[in-house]
Amino acid sequence: MKSKSGLTRFHNCYILRNSQIIKEDLWIRDGVIIDPEEIFYEEQVGADVTVRCDDVIIAPGFIDIQINGGWGVDFSYDQENVKGGIQKVAKALLAHGVTSFCPTMVTSDKEKYKKILPQIIKTQGNKEGATILGVHLEGPFISLAKKGAHTEELIRNPDKGLDTIEEMYGSLDNTIIVTLAPELPGALSAIKSLSNMGIKVALGHTSASLAQSEEGVKNGANLITHLFNAMLPFHHRDPGLVGLLTSTTEKQIYYGIISDGIHTHPAALRIACRTNREGLILVSDAFAAMGLQDGSYRIGPQHVTVENGRAFITGTKTLCGSTSALDECVKIFKEATDCSLEYALEAASLHPAKALGIDYKKGKLNFGYDADFVLLHAKSLDVKSTWIAGECVYQSS
Amino acid sequence: MRLIILEDADAVAEWAARFVLQRITEFAPGPGRRFVMGLPTGGTPLGMYRRLIDFHRQGRISFKYVTTFNMDEYVGLPREHPESYHYYMWNEFFKHIDIDPAQAHVLNGNAPDLVAECQRFEDLIKEAGGPGSSLVSRTRIKTLAYDTLEANKRFFGNDISKVPAKALTVGVGTVMDAKEVMILITGAHKALALAKAVEEGVNHMWTVSAFQQHPQAVLVCDDDATLELRVKTVKYFKALSDEHQRMIEQVSVEHQRVVH
Repeated sequence: MKSKSGLTRFHNCYILRNSQIIKEDLWIRDGVIIDPEEIFYEEQVGADVTVRCDDVIIAPGFIDIQINGGWGVDFSYDQENVKGGIQKVAKALLAHGVTSFCPTMVTSDKEKYKKILPQIIKTQGNKEGATILGVHLEGPFISLAKKGAHTEELIRNPDKGLDTIEEMYGSLDNTIIVTLAPELPGALSAIKSLSNMGIKVALGHTSASLAQSEEGVKNGANLITHLFNAMLPFHHRDPGLVGLLTSTTEKQIYYGIISDGIHTHPAALRIACRTNREGLILVSDAFAAMGLQDGSYRIGPQHVTVENGRAFITGTKTLCGSTSALDECVKIFKEATDCSLEYALEAASLHPAKALGIDYKKGKLNFGYDADFVLLHAKSLDVKSTWIAGECVYQSS
Repeated sequence: MRLIILEDADAVAEWAARFVLQRITEFAPGPGRRFVMGLPTGGTPLGMYRRLIDFHRQGRISFKYVTTFNMDEYVGLPREHPESYHYYMWNEFFKHIDIDPAQAHVLNGNAPDLVAECQRFEDLIKEAGGPGSSLVSRTRIKTLAYDTLEANKRFFGNDISKVPAKALTVGVGTVMDAKEVMILITGAHKALALAKAVEEGVNHMWTVSAFQQHPQAVLVCDDDATLELRVKTVKYFKALSDEHQRMIEQVSVEHQRVVH
């Protein structure tokens, strides 16, 4: 029998599998989750290492598809040491159970994209930081009327579809998601082209009607960016973008939602998850102030003031990014909606994996999947340790 | 053959598990000294396996130096099928204990040469337990009776065509070679089988009756399973219950041989 290294068994734990938390051991080897029954009968070997996990829940690693920065780093602004900044955040995220993320750039000028974007490279995670799945580009192809914290002067129309987009961003090799407003001139053509390239299109920062939103979905969009924020409020004669949650589009629509306890009322969280259960994705939408004290920060070109954990564009009442990491969002979401723990955890793992089309290897603890997971305290849900590709990358002290 | 009559299926599970615990403990297996046992599947022994797992968790028993042989497996059913006995043994017992995977033998119903697989199994048993006097049937391919297929179809989506029609099974002769045999019988639906096993002569239609001729066979049943027995038979064995209790206590097997 060929001997392979590193057969590890997590013993006496509860694991999230097939949408249920069950008492089951988790076995991993060579960076993936394996079927211990097959090992037992065919290779007839036992575990090389057994990790005792009393009172622990093992969940798939969290995947944050919208995060602008943290720990003083602003992905959209700091152009001098982009790699250092990315690495700092990637590493700090490990303590929050995040094993993969999409660094997000808000509306910026062409120069910033040119300087920053080529430097945020898709990277397999390890001890140095969480996996970088690709950049989420939020803006500048958004609606002026729903700019939120984005800089008005930099907002553009994608008039010539993909041409305008590539002209603005440069190469899209490092990009995984583009958030845009579907009602803009050229937007539908852009959505189609981006989707054909394998880039996910999210609809957001938009005044789109439901019909315009559905056109966006027909052309390939499958995501909504931070539901309820920066879009038309629900209206019963034209439900707008929010209406996509219940429209009869052929494919599943996914939507990011910020459950930091500030951006979205608990009732709104409940409305969302009860109308479109499978589509809900928890996102942090965190920015530079995450992990730091109240004070003055920035998101891209905008100055931001944080008071009591609430971030506003300085001198205004405009809410901007959050200061809560995804592990915190899971707790708040569960509390606010009284949903099952399974559902809350999947909303931060399986659902984003599905939205990005990577649920064949991430977002579950099934056999053959990447061994990206987080060990949580069964009661408090505090992160005890984080694992990427079978390697322990964070251990709480 | 001894018959032990207990109150219900839980008591049978507890007794059977303690019997195994007592035997393994007294044998004191270790490197170069393995305790060898055959293992059944199905609903009846489930409770026993669960109690043994409890004992293992409590640190009262280790299976590190125990070798096991399973009694049967379907032919042609994928190993990971929930009705396969590989699946059953892994999920109900093996994954919870510290047995050496190389020493937990289950017949391979997907072997390319089933006859050779049966012979391999027989050889392994012989190797583990020394040569035995061969009685009648040995490990073999068996075509399942129509009523067995009927009874099993509920596990295969009520589609009789999906029920494997053949199985590999350890023969009565092979089991007769064991030093000791314990048979569990619970539930009213097994009452006729128990009566045939105990009160009539050795009969090939009721294979359990063969163990009447085994020097160390013990039959453990619950009250429900005794419904077809004569009152006289039940009273006789119940009167021996104190003696039977010694079998799972710290009384050496040698001393137990005087019990009847």
